[in-house]
Formats: sequence, C-alpha cells, structure tokens
Amino acid sequence: MKKAFWLAGATILALAQPALAGDTIKIGFISTFSGPTAVIGNDMRNSFELALDHLGRKMGGKPVEVIYEDDGQKPDVGKQKTEKLIQSDKVDFVVGYIWSNVLLASLKTAVDSKTFLITSNAGPSQLAGELCSPYVFSTSWQNDQTPQAVGTYMNQKGVKSVFLIGPNYAAGKDMLAGVKSTFKGQVVGEEYTVWPSQLDFSAELTKAKNSKAESIFVFYPGAAGVQFLNQYAQAGLKGQIPLYTAFTIDELSLPLQKENAIGVPGAQQWVNDLPFPENKKFVEDYRKKYTGLRPTFYGAQSYDAANLVNSAVVAVKGDTSKKDEMKAEMEKANFKSVRGPFKYGNNHIPIQNFYLQDVVKDADGQLSLKTVATIVKDDQDRFHDKCPMKK
Amino acid sequence: MLVLVEQSLNGLQFGLLLFLLAAGLTLVFGIMDFVNLAHGSLYMMGAYFAATFVAWTNSFVLGVLLALGATLLLGIALEFIALRHLYGRDHLDQVLATFGLILFFNDAVRLIWGPAGLSLPLPPWLTVPVQIVPGVFYPAYRLSIIVVALAVAALLYIVVMRTKIGMLIRAGASNREMIGALGINIKLLFTLVFGLGAALAGLAGLMQAPILTVQIGMGENILILAFVIIVIGGIGSIRGAFMAAIFVGMIDTLGRAFLPDLLRTVLSSAAASTAAPALSSMLIYLLMAIVLVVRPEGLFPAAKR
Repeated sequence: MKKAFWLAGATILALAQPALAGDTIKIGFISTFSGPTAVIGNDMRNSFELALDHLGRKMGGKPVEVIYEDDGQKPDVGKQKTEKLIQSDKVDFVVGYIWSNVLLASLKTAVDSKTFLITSNAGPSQLAGELCSPYVFSTSWQNDQTPQAVGTYMNQKGVKSVFLIGPNYAAGKDMLAGVKSTFKGQVVGEEYTVWPSQLDFSAELTKAKNSKAESIFVFYPGAAGVQFLNQYAQAGLKGQIPLYTAFTIDELSLPLQKENAIGVPGAQQWVNDLPFPENKKFVEDYRKKYTGLRPTFYGAQSYDAANLVNSAVVAVKGDTSKKDEMKAEMEKANFKSVRGPFKYGNNHIPIQNFYLQDVVKDADGQLSLKTVATIVKDDQDRFHDKCPMKK
Repeated sequence: MLVLVEQSLNGLQFGLLLFLLAAGLTLVFGIMDFVNLAHGSLYMMGAYFAATFVAWTNSFVLGVLLALGATLLLGIALEFIALRHLYGRDHLDQVLATFGLILFFNDAVRLIWGPAGLSLPLPPWLTVPVQIVPGVFYPAYRLSIIVVALAVAALLYIVVMRTKIGMLIRAGASNREMIGALGINIKLLFTLVFGLGAALAGLAGLMQAPILTVQIGMGENILILAFVIIVIGGIGSIRGAFMAAIFVGMIDTLGRAFLPDLLRTVLSSAAASTAAPALSSMLIYLLMAIVLVVRPEGLFPAAKR
C-alpha cells in the first residue's frame, strides 16, 4: 500500500514535469513580490508581461514560458531562487533583480552554469568591473552612472558643498561613490543608514542641517524615498537646503510623495516622456492594460530585457543551445529600446544618455516626471577598464 | 552642543513612540501571560485606519480619533473572537496562532487597500519647524509626538496607579489566579486590557504614519524593538517599559548620530562609514544582553509573584 502510494506520487511528479527543453523558451524572472517593495516587482512583471504581449508571447517562433520567483529583498533567498530556476527549472535566461546585493549573491550560480543573466535594474560596480561575465547583460546601468550625472548637474548649478545620505548596502555605497567621483565641490559629510530596516532619518537630517552643507544628496529607492522626503519636508529643510536625488522619486513613490517631490531634481536614463515611438507605445499600452498604474524606469528596463532576450532567440531561430551566437547578437543591442538607441560596452553595460528629470503636473492634473535636459551623452561606466573582457 | 540637544530630542521622540507600542505589549504579556506577535499588526491597522479616516473626513484630528476608536474595537473583537481561546495554551501555540494573525492581517490589508501603501498627509500647522531654544528648530510634528506620548504615559500612570481598574491590572500582573479566585471578572478585565493595548499600538502606528509611510508589514520590524524593550524594562511593568523605551530610543539615535564620527577617529573614513550603521544597530541588543546577564528579571520588574 505504502509502495503504491509512493509510486503514484512519483508518476504524478513525472507527469507534472514541464515540456521537454527545446519546445519552449523558458525564462526565470526574479524580483521582489512580497513586502513593502513588492510594488517595484509588480511593475517589473507588468512591463515584462506587456513586452511578451507585444511579441505575441512567442520568441523565434516558440512559445515563451516565464517563471516568476520572489526574492523577498533578501540576498540568500535570491540565491536559492536563482539556483532553483537554473538547476531544476532549467531556464534559458534569468531576468530581473532589483537589488545589487541580491544580484551579487546570485551571480555565481548563473555564470558557473553558463546561463544568461539579464539584470533589469541592479548594477553593482563589481559586475561592471572584475566580476563581468560573457553571460551577463544589463538593460539598466551601472549604479555609479546615475549619481555621477547628478554630480555633474550639481556642478552646472554651481553647488559648492554637499551632504550625502544613503543606505548601507552594495548599491548605496556605489551611489554615494558615484556622486563623489564627479562632484567638484566639497563633500562635508557622508552617512549610511541600516538597510532596509531603518526608516527614520531624524539623526541624519539633523547632522546634515548642522553641517552647513549647501545641498543634500540622497539615494532611497522604494518606500524609503517617500519616508525620506516626508521627513526632509517636516524638518523644514525644503527651501533651506536643496535636495538632489537618484532613484528616489519615481512613478510608484510619487503618488505618496505628492507636493514634497516638487522641485526635487533627479537623473535617469529613461523618463516616461522620451520621444521615441517604442516608448510611446510602451507607456500608452501599459496605462491601458494596467488601469490606474504608470510604468517606472524599473518597468522600462524590464520591457527592454524581454526585447533583448527576444533578439537573441530570434537570431538563433529558437535554438537556445547556440550560446555564443546569442551572446554575439545581444552585444549588438539589436532591438528598439524604449530609452532610445544605445550600445553595449565591453562589460555588457549600456553606454547611454542620462537625463535630468523634474516633477510637474501633467495634462490630467496628476504629478508626473518630465525630461528637462540631457546631462551627459553616451556615458560609459567608470569600471569597464577593470573588466577582463575586451572588445 | 545644540546638535546634542536636537539629537536627544530625536532620541526621546523615537523612545516615546516605542513606549506606546511596548506598553500595550507588556500589559498583555505581563497580565495575561499571552505572547502576542500580532501586536505589530494592530500598529499597522492603526496607521491604515488613520490614513483612511483622515481622507474621508478631511480632518486630521477627527480622522485620528476615529482611527483610535476603530483600533480599540478591533482589538476587543480580536480578543473576543480568537485570542481568548488561547489563554490556557502553551506559549508556543500562542506564538503560532498570532504569527498566523500577522499573515492574515497583511493579506487582509493587501485585499482592502492594495499593495502600494498609503500616505497620511499632515495638516499645514504641523509641518512647520518650531524654534524650541534659540538656534534650534525642531519639526512641530515630532514635538507633538513627544507631547502626546508623554500625556498618554501620564494618563496610563494615573489609571494604573490610582484607579480601581488599575489596581486590578496590577494585581493581575502579580498573581492572576488569586484575583480570579477573589471573584474578579477576569475575562472582562483581559478584554479591556487587550483593547487598551491595541489602542496604544494603533496610536503608535498612526503617529508614526506621517513620518514613515503606511505600508504592509510596517509593524514587524518595530515589534522586535518593542519586545527588546519589555525584556529590558521587566515584563508587565509599565514603568519599566517607559524607562527602557527611552533608553533604547536614545541609544539608537545617539549611536547613529555620534558613532560614525567617533569611529572615524580610529578607522579610515570608508571603513567607519560602513561599520557605524552596523555597530549602532547592535548597541540595543548589547544593552539587552547585558541586562539579561545582570538583571534577568529586567530593570524595573513588576511586583513579584
């Protein structure tokens, strides 16, 4: 009886095995789908799904199967889920990754198994430098690039001194280092906060105020950005010490930040109003498919990731065993990116423009982000020399 | 010097907020011998209620009062429906059941309010900084948290130390069986205490909401601190919770404020910036460990059983 039970179980499991490799293109997608930052993961999934809709849910003539996994914003969980996707689901690509620390923990699993990993957000400096890999591509940026653009903009504005505040994890360190590398004024202070648990920034704001810095720079993605802006405004610093940001104000945080976000500049490689036909289609269809929601840069990068994967699969006509050919195709960035055309550097990180974004009221009377100016053109990250891959 | 004043105020504000959360927890734990992990969910519900009612009524004060009442009722309902069946059980059963409640509340909130979170905007009169001493400006809202929390602490003190109900609560904390044997309606007392604890948690949540955001799971991190506080202060002791909360608030804030600069005098700047946040978040747990070694019953334990 017991034996029969086990046999039945084993049979069901065998039957439940997905179709044999080769019939479908399998993509694993890792992001955060639970906890306070789940809204970011949802936006990435929404955009990825929209891209698949636009592609007819097929790549190179084969149906696409996507397996979504939740990393819970934890590096150890992200690593486990990456292992599961690669070793038991045998996916052809792993896509996603919001958090640099999660990506760094998961990287080795993908690279060792020669599975293509497309990061559609995280861009730790190590990945652009010594840890670069032929199997890893980015549809976002290297962490330092966006704050570097902010630093450049602050120079243009003639800012003389700055106080830096950011979270104490891989991306936070990259971001503050990025501003420091381009900002020509004085850095009077630098504070790191416990990530992601610390949500009260009173001690840091008090220090920034008393440092007599002319400006403050912060990097707080997700809900922490809302909390920081709330507390900055409540401390009466708005109008007193101007704030500059990277990845702190986006379409997800803006409805909560409201007036607090007006007049706070940031830099970004993608803004919803960039004048490319692909971008218009992406933004319009997104708002149609997911009523009440607006896509963010996280989504735009995930939309691009689907198209990058598609370009590779189409080039090999669906035969995903031809890894070298897929790699060669992806290096050309041969797809219509919603941020406009870009090239890949030797380390597979985009060489791209960064724009100044500002918060305005749009035609519907809603707060939205707007491109104001181009801060840097064709910017390449500052770690590509450390990458052993050469062009 | 002025920086120290301002940072101490930050610490005091954080500590008092923690006190509101810890007071309810210590009452329930001390008097009813009940481990309530779902206390953080009540904190979250207070914030969600406040955000909703403030939006409905367009009045901050009215919305907040309604939210307080709603959390009180929710606490009483929760005790009546679910928790009173768990009093006789093992602590492990209680932990399991109330952990289930955390999941229940998180998903209920996701269903009702959606995953994106809410914001609780402040009225203009609370968003301006106030000059407290010449040269020190402090956010009016944080100042109002200090005032409200001190008032609540005073009120709690009067209720617990000077009224008949307070006497019963204290008696309950010292020896539950005995006051039951003396013919006191212990069930009603428990429901009341639990409702009071829920309202205090809700108050903490809704006061924290304009500073932070109203989001799913907001009560979970802060609940750990509340448990640390009741361990340091002595389980069941309101006075202990008050003192320990202020200790913890001060240590946390002053650690964050001054530790990086202290470390920079011995370490390289980069190493200090990385080590300081990690170290300052450890300070509280170090304090707890020391207290557990030196005075395992807490700094201000409730009267002995």
